[in-house]
This record gives sequence, C-alpha cells and structure tokens, in this order.
Amino acid sequence: MAWALSILYILVAAAIVLVFGGQQWWMPPAASELARDFDSQFIITLVSTGFFLVLMHIILSFIVVRFREGNSQADYWRGNVKWIWATVAAMAVLDVGLAVGSESIWTRQHIDPEPQNALRIQVIGQQFVWNARYPGPDGLFGLTDLTLVDDATNPLGLVPSDTAAKDDLVIPNLVVPRGRPVVLLLGSKDVIHSFFVRELRIKQDAVPGMLIPLRFTADRNGRFEVACAELCGLGHHQMRTFLEVLEPAEYEERIEQYRRGEF
Amino acid sequence: MPEATMTAETHDAPKGFITRYIFSRDHKVIGLQYFTLSLIAALWGIALSLLMRSHLIAPEASWVFLEWLFPEGAPDGVMTPELYLALMTMHGTVMVFFVLTTAIQSGFGNYFLPIQIGADDMAFPTLNMLSFWVTFLAFLTLVVATIAAGGGPISGWTAYPPLSAVGEVAGPGLGTGQVIWIVAIALFCLASVLGAINFIVTTLNLRAEGMTMMRLPVTAWAWFATGAMALVAFGVLLAGGILLLLDHVALTAFFIPEGLIVSDRIIERGGGSPILWQHLLWFFGHPEVYIIIVPALGVLFHIIAVMSRKTVFCYRAVVTCIAIISTLGFFVWGHHMFVSGMSPFTSIPFSILTIAISMPAGAVAITWLGTLWRGKIIFNTPMVFALGFISYFVSGGIGGLFLGQTALDVYLHDTYFVVGHFHIIMGLAAAFATFAGTYFWFPKFTGRMMDEGLGKIHFWLTFIGGYIMFISMHLQGLAGRPRRYPDTETFDFLQPLMSLHQLITVAALATAAAQLIFVINLLWSIKNGKVSGDNPWNATNLEWTVSSPPPHDNFGGRRPVVTELSNTR
Repeated sequence: MAWALSILYILVAAAIVLVFGGQQWWMPPAASELARDFDSQFIITLVSTGFFLVLMHIILSFIVVRFREGNSQADYWRGNVKWIWATVAAMAVLDVGLAVGSESIWTRQHIDPEPQNALRIQVIGQQFVWNARYPGPDGLFGLTDLTLVDDATNPLGLVPSDTAAKDDLVIPNLVVPRGRPVVLLLGSKDVIHSFFVRELRIKQDAVPGMLIPLRFTADRNGRFEVACAELCGLGHHQMRTFLEVLEPAEYEERIEQYRRGEF
Repeated sequence: MPEATMTAETHDAPKGFITRYIFSRDHKVIGLQYFTLSLIAALWGIALSLLMRSHLIAPEASWVFLEWLFPEGAPDGVMTPELYLALMTMHGTVMVFFVLTTAIQSGFGNYFLPIQIGADDMAFPTLNMLSFWVTFLAFLTLVVATIAAGGGPISGWTAYPPLSAVGEVAGPGLGTGQVIWIVAIALFCLASVLGAINFIVTTLNLRAEGMTMMRLPVTAWAWFATGAMALVAFGVLLAGGILLLLDHVALTAFFIPEGLIVSDRIIERGGGSPILWQHLLWFFGHPEVYIIIVPALGVLFHIIAVMSRKTVFCYRAVVTCIAIISTLGFFVWGHHMFVSGMSPFTSIPFSILTIAISMPAGAVAITWLGTLWRGKIIFNTPMVFALGFISYFVSGGIGGLFLGQTALDVYLHDTYFVVGHFHIIMGLAAAFATFAGTYFWFPKFTGRMMDEGLGKIHFWLTFIGGYIMFISMHLQGLAGRPRRYPDTETFDFLQPLMSLHQLITVAALATAAAQLIFVINLLWSIKNGKVSGDNPWNATNLEWTVSSPPPHDNFGGRRPVVTELSNTR
C-alpha cells in the first residue's frame, strides 16, 4: 500500500504538470497588450505554484515509503516551529510576487485614468441578447424612456424627440477599430449578465441600475465570440454575440453601413 | 484547575423508541441523525449531478423515468434547459448545506465534541434536538422546492437577484419554487445558528478537569472555531434570505433596482441594489468554505497523528493557524465579486488578503508532513483517505492562488476553472475527511469495523475519479467554458471541449458507483463487521477510553481527568 500510494502521488503530480504544460486545452491567442500581460502572469503563477505542488507530492511520496509501518519506528518528536516559519516565509515571498504582478495589471485595466480618445459604447444586456449603442457623431448618448422599449424596433427605448438620441446607433453586435482604446459601458435591462470575451481576457458583470465601464484596446483583427458568464435564466447558454475588431477605415465603413440599415 | 464551571442539563436515558431514537436529546443520537441526513442528501446530490452530466454529453437523449419524475421539465423524457438549471441549483444547495456543512460539523461534531472534552452531553440538549429537526424540516422544504408547481428555481445556489427576486416573470421556477427554496435556506440558517451556540458553549463550559483549552484535541478546536464562524456567518445569510423573501412576498425592493424591464414587463418597484445581496451572500459564503473545511482539517489531524503513532506536529502553531484561517475567512468575501461591478479599489485588499491565506494554509500542510515524519505510518482505510485529502488540499488550494488574483480572476471567474477548483478543495477534500472520519469512527458508533478491502477499493476509485473529473474541468475553464450552461453547442469555442465532457461524465459514473461500495460497506458492517473492541486504532483521545458505543452519559458515571501527557491530539 505504501508503494502504491507513493507511485500515485508521483503520477498525480506528473499528470497535472502534463495536462497544464501540454496546453492542448488553453486560452485562445491574446488580442490585446493587457491580454498578453494576463498570459504572462498566468504562466508565472502556473510555474511558481506548480513548483510547490510537485514538491509537496514528491515529499509525500517519499514519506509514505520511508516512514511506513515495518520500516520505521515512531519517534516522540513534537515538532519544531522553525519549519512552520520557513513555510510561512516561502508562501509570503510567493504571495508578494503574485500580488504585485496581478495588481499592476488590475490597476492598468481598471484604475488608471481613461484614455482621452477612447471610443465609448454602451452595451446593454437583456434576456438573452446584447445590444450595443454607439453615440453617433455628437458623442452623446441620448435620452431613453422605459415605456418606449420595444424589443423589435427600439430595444433600448430611445426617445425620438431627443436630438442626442437621434443619431445613436443600436445594433445587436459590436464592431471596434483596431488599436483605439474602447470603453464599454455595461448595463442591463433585467437581470445580471456578464460580458465575456476570451481573446481579450475581459469579463465584467452587467448589473441593472448601473453602467459599469470596461476597457480594452484590441490589437489583433478578428471576430470574437461574446458569451454571457453570469447565470441569467433559461437561455443563458444562448446569449451569444460577436465583437469584431477591424482596421480603423473598415470600421468607419461598417458603421456607416449599419447607419444605412444594411446588416 | 477544574475547568468545568457548568454542568450539562441532566437527563436520564430515555426508554421509548421515539424519545430514544427520533426526538432524542442525546448528542450521540443527534450526531448520527445528522450524519444519516447528510448521507441521504449526498446520494441525492450525486444523483442530480449524474443527470446533469448525462445531459451534457447526450442532450437529445430521452429517459422515461425523467418524464415520470418531471413531467413539465422533461416532456418526452428530454431534459429542458430549465430542468437542467433547477437540478443544478438543487445539486449546489444540497451539497453545500446538507452534505458538506452537515456531515463533519453537525454529524461527527455532535457525536464526539462532548466525549472528546469529557462532557456527558452538549450544553443544551433540547436546543440540539431542535437544531436537528429544523435542519430536517429545511431539507424537506428543499425537496418540495424541486417538485413545486412551475419547477424548481433556476437561479443557482447563489440565487443572484434580480433573477431570484422578481418572480416567475424572469423564468420558470423563479416564483413558487424560488420562494420555497429561500424558506429552506432560512430554516437551515436558523438551525445552524442554534447548533453553533451549542458548540461554543459546550467547548467553553463543559470541559473535564484538566482539559485546558490548549489541551483540546485539534478536532475539538476545529469544531469550536467552526461554531464561532457559523454563529456569525449564518446570521448574515439568514438576514439576506429574509430580505429576499420579502422582495417576493411583500413587494419590497431590497435587491431590485429602479427601471427594470423583464420579459417586456416594467417592474414597478425599485430602489434596491443587486450587489447588496452579493455582499450578504458572500459575507456568509466565504466563511462557509471554512465552515466546511476547518472541521475537515480537525479530522485530518486526529487521524494522521493516530495512524503515524505520533502527536500533532507543533500543536500550538496548528491551533493558531486554525484561528487565523477562521478569522481571515471573514475578510476575503470580495474575491467572489471582482467582476461584480464593485469598486476596483475595493478588490485590491480583498485580493491580497485572499492570497495571504496561503500562509496559514501552507503551514497547516507542513504540519501534516511534520506529523508523518519519523512516524510509523499505518495504511488502513481512514489513513489512506487522509493521505488522499492532503493531495487534494494542496492541488485545490493552489487553484485558489489563481482565482485570488484580481487580474487572473477576470478571465477565470464563472468558468469551469472555478467549478473544478471548489469541487476539489471543498467538495472532494471535505468528502475525503468525511470518509476518513466514517471509517475511523464507525467502530465507536457500532462496536464493529467496516470492511478494509472494500474501503481501499472505495479509496482508489474515488481518488482517481475525483482528479480526472475536476482537473478536466480546470482545463475546460482555461478554454473559457462558462459554468451553468446546459449546452455545449451554441458557441464555437465550446465544441472542442466535448471529449473532456465525455471523460468527466464517464469518470462521474464510475466515481458514483464507487460510492455505492461505500454505502454497502457501511450498511453491511453495522451487523456483520468484525467486532472492534473499544479502541481498535490504539488512539488516545477520550472517545477511545469509553465503550463502543459509549454509554448514555458517555463515561458511565466516571469523571475523566486530563493530564499533560494524555493529550494534545
């Protein structure tokens, strides 16, 4: 039994190293600088914590054989607290390292001042679709009114008499220009949803009653699936749209096309 | 110096069947009642997970029994998304509350805390009986919620409003089913607060002569610390549950913001905050993780020390670590809310404190190695489960170092990475401590041993199956697989994950079958197990100094006196 367990510990550690190291199931290629920073932080965490995982399993593997009944006599040893301090110190070093890396990414993503030239887009979730609202040439989001909401013709309830609302574009998917900072203002009409784009490594809940900013600057063109990551009811798993990253010129063209009603 | 400043309310051994085994005030019977309840709940929870796993790999499959059980949720026997979500909600609720919280703390804790500290019962036996029966009522209420008209609630065990607060308009099961679910949770909270009071007072006031706090077995420390956590945490969830209930039945709007339109209907109420619920839930919910795992740590220390033939490595440091973990657990709830819309500044201290838990947790792991070191390790079934636990604790704990980081959590939050993580650290680890405790204490319950051969088979299948299931889920989470999807088809990026889904489902079926071996072993051994004697493991805690099963007053009129040498386990 001792030998079997000993081998099992090694197999567990080896299997975990293999499946995570093999990267067969992995994140898609990153599409922004912050996403690549995320990937480095992930790798750093994987390697540094993986070291402790493997170390623990090797020690366990040794212990169960070395101190098995028949091979060892129990020693009246109540322990030495220096080992505990050593562990705490090792964990402290690991923790500080991980926290510094993580919080610096977090700060850049959420706390640093918003870039001046950012494109602002409202993204409003509802059971079970996303609607994106572009402010139009005036850069202003116009007035909305709950009583005007109609899912087929006016999903966000824009007030037609408001001049700021007149040029707002509402579409059920997102297009953004490559290289330009984007601030999504996430909201919801009904329950909590969560806006998740794997390639950008971003996820943010869309909470009714709030408009929560979410920033990114995509630097790779592509059409990325947007999933809902917060249970929002029956059709949660079908709440899908796309975020397209286009060359700036193509982006302008596409927006014009949408304005003309061509989808 | 005598520590017993208060004696238990005295009561004679009852004569009738009902007072002895049903409405019993004996902590040992109540402990076994809790244990039995958690076993039944676990089997139900496993059955629910098998239904979900089967649906994920064969969404079109038609099962006659499913239509018979849920005529609305499975027309023609094919599981609908709402039934999947209702089963998922029930799986989470049953496992978190009625299995993981109940088995070690209320089950083993009730049975052994008084004996380990040299008392003849819990401090408040009648209150103890009340705790159990309210828990039982909560369980029945939950069963009713599953089969309520309109279906069971589909909002998950976390029940985030407004989904869980606005009623049927937001989806099936969110009216009647949701209300009954909230009542079940509120009852469970009430029972847990009552139980926690008993654990705290018993530990503080009923210790035998010579049983100082720093001579308590680590197990007793763990039950005591958990009682303290439960007293605070469940009170908060109870408050949250009452507010959510009022949003349903009294047209209040604690969690409903202004200006909602759900299914084309304007919700006239408003002014509340959905995030308030998340703070209340997780202020309970994170300590809850430690309410589950700290008693498991206690069981582990006991078994590892006994089966290594040694004392616990650095006992005082271990007790300190348990106290630190139990306290820190109240300051990290925000790590469940990094993407909730909470201020990004607030996330930073929550993240740092969360990562800092690796210090006491790492220290706990090193004390296990220290306890095993220079020991004489006996590989019986309780011990192999304990040794399996250590592996899970390390692997699962390391997952926490990913999710505790604000930056990494943004991607991993609400993916299968989280599901895999908490199933290892909270589900499997606590389950392994429960199994270890069951094999270990079964002789004390019955005077008979469980079968070693079946126990070992149970270990191998469960340990390997558990890793296959939940490491695979970590990988799916890395690929971005969101949790709570009853479907693997809609998104392009989910399709390559099917092979892993199939692997997990096969592993789940095999692991579930292994649990039947455990149940058979348990039931068979009650009458047919090898006679164990009073102390088959040559253990030293007080429960091993009394007969198996112990007499009604635990020590047969004897008053145990504890000295320095007889303890510290």
